[in-house]
Amino acid sequence: MQILINGEQTELVGDATLMAVITLLELEGKRYAIEVNEEIISRGDHANYSLNADDRVEVVQAIGGG
Amino acid sequence: MTNTVISDTPVDRPLVIAGKTYKSRLLVGTGKYKDLAETKHAIETSGAEIVTVAVRRTNIGQNTDEPNLLDVISPDKYTILPNTAGCYTAKDAVRTCKLARELLGGHDLVKLEVLGDQKTLYPNVTETLVAAEELIKDGFKVMVYTTDDPLIALRLEEMGCVAVMPLGAPIGSGLGIRNPYNIKLILENAKVPILVDAGVGTASDASIAMELGCDGVLMNTAIAAAKDPVRMANAMRLAVESGREAWLAGRMPRKLYASASSPVDGLI
Repeated sequence: MQILINGEQTELVGDATLMAVITLLELEGKRYAIEVNEEIISRGDHANYSLNADDRVEVVQAIGGG
Repeated sequence: MTNTVISDTPVDRPLVIAGKTYKSRLLVGTGKYKDLAETKHAIETSGAEIVTVAVRRTNIGQNTDEPNLLDVISPDKYTILPNTAGCYTAKDAVRTCKLARELLGGHDLVKLEVLGDQKTLYPNVTETLVAAEELIKDGFKVMVYTTDDPLIALRLEEMGCVAVMPLGAPIGSGLGIRNPYNIKLILENAKVPILVDAGVGTASDASIAMELGCDGVLMNTAIAAAKDPVRMANAMRLAVESGREAWLAGRMPRKLYASASSPVDGLI
């Protein structure tokens, strides 16, 4: 299934929950936040949130800035 | 035995932002450093308690072994102030703040900045007002970056922003406090903390902001782009403290003519 992760077309094979995206990006245990189609999905819901084809997923982290 | 009174100088009232008390009046950013080790060292040296961060997309395939900024600048130790830098519309700024709140586990203190132009990075005031209203309604505590317009500063305070942060000069310009009279006008009416955000280039600029009576100074490039950022972080800590002390002490009036410091009587 094709979805957009941070603007890039990405093929998600098998499990199509947000957890699969976290695993793909190797973000387990890190601080991040996720939007799907411009709606924030709370951390507690990631494991159960099923993605659909063409969903637009944004994954963000804190970086240096002023 | 009685304690010797070393000084009867009254203690300064602390900086209070959104109900939380801070000892340091210097707020620092985390951008433009050589690496995370330098970031950590400079920020520790600055004595800052409030530290700004940006919120950005995770790169697919980025080096996941690299430590994260928040591993180095721990939210347990610092008040993390996520910013909306790089946002040119109210919508993007609000979205970024919501992501930041989720990222930081419900932390709702944010630095709102909506920019209007890539060359000057000047604040887009109309979009800033729209974003501030929406964020406050949503329960955010908004520290707002804006122009040095006294009427807009007051309007943002009345809307419920917890701190108003006029620019001293454009972001990253290092031009100093270009319009101290406007900063003074803003301070005259303010009931929330007023912090100069952007424009500071060196220690004396930070002192000038504090001598005007500002509650604090926020800076990033002045420290990060110095030849020795850690040393400049220390200089800024001292400059903010001494500027504050000078403001509390109350400077002498400026006079056109001389006034002898030594007594005139008893000359040989």
